[in-house]
Amino acid sequence: MKFDNSWPIYMQIIDEFKKSIIRTELKPGDKIPSQREYAQKVRVNPNTVQRAYREMENLGMVETLRGQGTFVVAGEDKRQEMAMEMANTIMQHFILQMRSLGYQDKAMLAMLTQHLELEEDEQVDRV
Amino acid sequence: MIEFKQVSKRFGSVVALDGVNIHFPKGSICGLFGPNGAGKSTIMKLITGINYPDQGEVKVRGASPKAQRQLVAYLPEVDHLYPWWNLAQAARFMSVFYPDWDEGRCKELLSFLRLDEGMILGKISKGQRAKAKLLMVLSRRAPYLLLDEPFSGIDLLTREEIAHALIKGYREGEQTLIISTHEIDEIESLVDQVVFIDQGRIQLQSDAEQLRMERNKSLVEIMKEVFRNGSQQV
Repeated sequence: MKFDNSWPIYMQIIDEFKKSIIRTELKPGDKIPSQREYAQKVRVNPNTVQRAYREMENLGMVETLRGQGTFVVAGEDKRQEMAMEMANTIMQHFILQMRSLGYQDKAMLAMLTQHLELEEDEQVDRV
Repeated sequence: MIEFKQVSKRFGSVVALDGVNIHFPKGSICGLFGPNGAGKSTIMKLITGINYPDQGEVKVRGASPKAQRQLVAYLPEVDHLYPWWNLAQAARFMSVFYPDWDEGRCKELLSFLRLDEGMILGKISKGQRAKAKLLMVLSRRAPYLLLDEPFSGIDLLTREEIAHALIKGYREGEQTLIISTHEIDEIESLVDQVVFIDQGRIQLQSDAEQLRMERNKSLVEIMKEVFRNGSQQV
């Protein structure tokens, strides 16, 4: 995993786990790597990983059971809440960026529709 | 915890450190960043008790560095191991000298770093020698590890290997690691505390994640900024 060094790394770690839960690659009850394993895998400071795991516990995403490991506890409600939250952030960012380029709402919407249709066509072609 | 209080150090007419205050918290991995001649090595040598401050005070876990020598494992910038030794001989020397030597850890890191016990220090490549020096430090259970320019003059691949070994060998919560370097790239995601030093003065000291959050910049970018504005900030 490659990190963006201009943004706190522990937040990027949390976002990765959020995405895996949102995509249901990680489900309630699934075990995630130990902090030590994870630090070695992605090659970041073990203290940073510890911070991310602690924060994920506070957010109700995971739970650490002494001597057993860390497990996903986020259920369907939590999953939807996180999906909504992340999607909202992306949308706000998108709108802000488009506005900064001078796009009006209508033009923005038209362009979005056009791109989605284009992608659909490409997928049809591939099939 | 290691603490510097108003520490100054001169070598002849050269001011190496000028009223330095630093706090290295327990259990953290600290990056000591600065250009050549900034005072990084002087800080390391004061912690090991090799040098003494002219003014001010250095404390390692509440006592003088000299009294705490056994707690500190130090990787100097120069090659300090006899060139005619092989790695097994060097390791044996370390194990006799330091009671905290961990033979199991040494064996584990030896294969991880792709080194061999029979390798003779004077006959191996610069990168292999750098890894061998690292091995001697990481194989100790010392609570304080000081690495002075462990990446200097080493190829990219070996630098990555060293960074990886550092994470593997690090004991969270137990060990405090101080790494001095002028090349931040490799250890950007490795450090949680940063100290920027230039011309014998501390320019900035902070939590790495806090800095990223506040400035929305990488440590490399922040370093450039700090050293460009350094003289104005002081």
